[in-house]
Amino acid sequence: MSPHPGARSIAFSAALLLAAFAGCGAPESGKTHITFWALGAEGEHVAKLIPGFTERHPDIDVRVQIIPWNAAHEKLLTAFAGGSLPDMCQLGNTWIPEFRTLNAIDNLSPWVARSSTVHDSSYFPGIWDTNVMDSLLYGVPWYVDTRVLFYRTDLLAASGVSSPPRSWEEWFDCSARMKKRYPESYANFFSTNNEWAPPVIMGLQEGSRLLKENNTLGDFSGPEFTSAMRAFTTFFKNEWAPVKTAQIVSVYQAFAEGYFAMYITGPWYIGEFKNRLPDSLQGKWMTAPLPGPNGGIGLSLAGGSSLVMFSRSAHKEAVWQLIEYLSGPETQLEFYRLTGDLPARIETWRDSSLAGNKFTAAFFEQLKHVVPTPKVPEWEQIAQKVREYVELITMNQYTVDEGLRSLDREVNVILEKRRWLLHGR
Amino acid sequence: MAGRRAVILFLGPALLAIGIFFVVPVLAAFVLSFTDFDIYALGNFDFARFVGLKNYAQLLADPLFWKAFRNTLEFLLIGGPLSIGVSLGAALMIQSKLVRWKGFFRTAYFSPVVTTLVAVAVVWRFVYHPRFGILNYLLSLVGIRGVDWLGDQHWAMPAIILMAVWKNFGYNMVIFIAGIQNIPEELYEAASIDGAGRFAQFRSITIPLLAPTTVYISILTMIGYFQLFAEPYVMTQGGPLNSTLSVVLLMYQQGFRWWNMGYSAALAFVLFAFILIGSLIQSRIQKRWEA
Repeated sequence: MSPHPGARSIAFSAALLLAAFAGCGAPESGKTHITFWALGAEGEHVAKLIPGFTERHPDIDVRVQIIPWNAAHEKLLTAFAGGSLPDMCQLGNTWIPEFRTLNAIDNLSPWVARSSTVHDSSYFPGIWDTNVMDSLLYGVPWYVDTRVLFYRTDLLAASGVSSPPRSWEEWFDCSARMKKRYPESYANFFSTNNEWAPPVIMGLQEGSRLLKENNTLGDFSGPEFTSAMRAFTTFFKNEWAPVKTAQIVSVYQAFAEGYFAMYITGPWYIGEFKNRLPDSLQGKWMTAPLPGPNGGIGLSLAGGSSLVMFSRSAHKEAVWQLIEYLSGPETQLEFYRLTGDLPARIETWRDSSLAGNKFTAAFFEQLKHVVPTPKVPEWEQIAQKVREYVELITMNQYTVDEGLRSLDREVNVILEKRRWLLHGR
Repeated sequence: MAGRRAVILFLGPALLAIGIFFVVPVLAAFVLSFTDFDIYALGNFDFARFVGLKNYAQLLADPLFWKAFRNTLEFLLIGGPLSIGVSLGAALMIQSKLVRWKGFFRTAYFSPVVTTLVAVAVVWRFVYHPRFGILNYLLSLVGIRGVDWLGDQHWAMPAIILMAVWKNFGYNMVIFIAGIQNIPEELYEAASIDGAGRFAQFRSITIPLLAPTTVYISILTMIGYFQLFAEPYVMTQGGPLNSTLSVVLLMYQQGFRWWNMGYSAALAFVLFAFILIGSLIQSRIQKRWEA
């Protein structure tokens, strides 16, 4: 122990202060510095695209900071509270309503109106729509993601099914045939223990808006979602999907073993299946757009990330330059090659690396049929509740009606503040 | 007068620091717990309302809170005594006259305490891996079929407890060693002259004379274990099926994931009340022991 802890701490504070000043530094004359927070794998790869930008804009200096995905949401909100947000960021497009509520992100419509590269017509409408609130645009889609059906072609064929299901009826029929052919296995797998997407997707396909009255009340006990939930439980009642999902240690292994043959998931599984499934199974799996309740392609979720500009940024012109650069067709293609993330711009899909990829074709079709989840800041919290109740319903702890009524009650508690803000004050 | 000024001069900086960094935030959190401060209020302070005891009422009616509370108790009641037992055992072994390289073992057992938890968690995730983990491999050697430690809702908490005990026992062990060294050697000599065996010596000398140390350790362990957070946060994120969700993790999720700061603050004060009650019970037991 130091005999003069006080003196020591003063010296320490002084050192910290000095370091802080040094950190600010004097900006290089004439150069604009912007900070860009990118998340996870995208963050690691986007740095490679930056030199191409600074070549064209030598006066702008870009600092990319990588934020891990699972800490991103907390970090962004804390940074907002502390006034230390960067100039721009990659934002999961379901988070946009939240940051718009905070007035943390800027309306980009005026910038787009002046832009020669970014236009709504270049993007998938459902994806573009996730960034629009009260007809103002708050983010530019960067890469997209949605859910499609991954399936084992060999197992379906062995059960006498030659093509993936194109309607719910075909889906049920296909599941029943598979159960007959492989009584020990399951046709489908829904990870109800950590995923809310499949039941929500089926609800959207049945026409449910999920929330009602200007998104202030839950509509899960409404007729559309109830009907979707009944269809969803059919899979579990007939043992077309396992109820005890925790027993599946690895989705890849279970898919390889033929424990299940159909799985609704996102584009990152293309890479995962290529890397993790044994060689003998390559060529025995495929992707297909989701089946709709009455045939045709069913709706799926409009996911992905957008680029947003923070309101507090002092260098909005430079930020917009970078957003435009990252949204350009060549950059989008380069980004796809680096990350495997599906590009948001439609014309990029014409490139042979995407057009010739049989696995991404289903995504291209599906992306024309995507809708956003309700654009309220509470959505993530509500989605977790949906997952909880769906799991309880599949485990027969609740009937469909009871479960959805309780779900609505909990959702209405979460939305109480929103009702007060819109009506009560 | 000069004396008083000196007192203020010496205590002032410390009191100021405690005031700014401790008293004010705690009071602010207490006020916060009676409001519905949330994401809307973060954007505009006018959107925060005083809601009285509503957060507390909602909390006590929330099954998720009780789930987290039961998990925390399970961790505390199994992990606490286990950790203290292992610490005592290790301390006795190291202090035993038969053991050589005492310094080495003391350092080795203490090293997990000073290792970063995140680094430790990465290694333990490998240990617990259902297919490639060494734990399941060792079990398979004796013919036991391994389980998915962190993925099974019944085994995730025991797995967390095991890791936490391994990580923390070194700290209490050092305190126990100090306690053992304080026991006069003459007592053991006198006892052995009286014909007491090793076990009798342990029961009648070591245990009673270590009682104050044990009480001190158990209170500290209880306070620490009640605040279980980092282990499930890093290893399981509270899953599967909330089987490793602790009260502090729930508080963190409510506060920083959903930004329900009012609710989260209420949770903090409920946890504080539980820790206070636990400490009071333990100190009451201690007094009865000493009387």
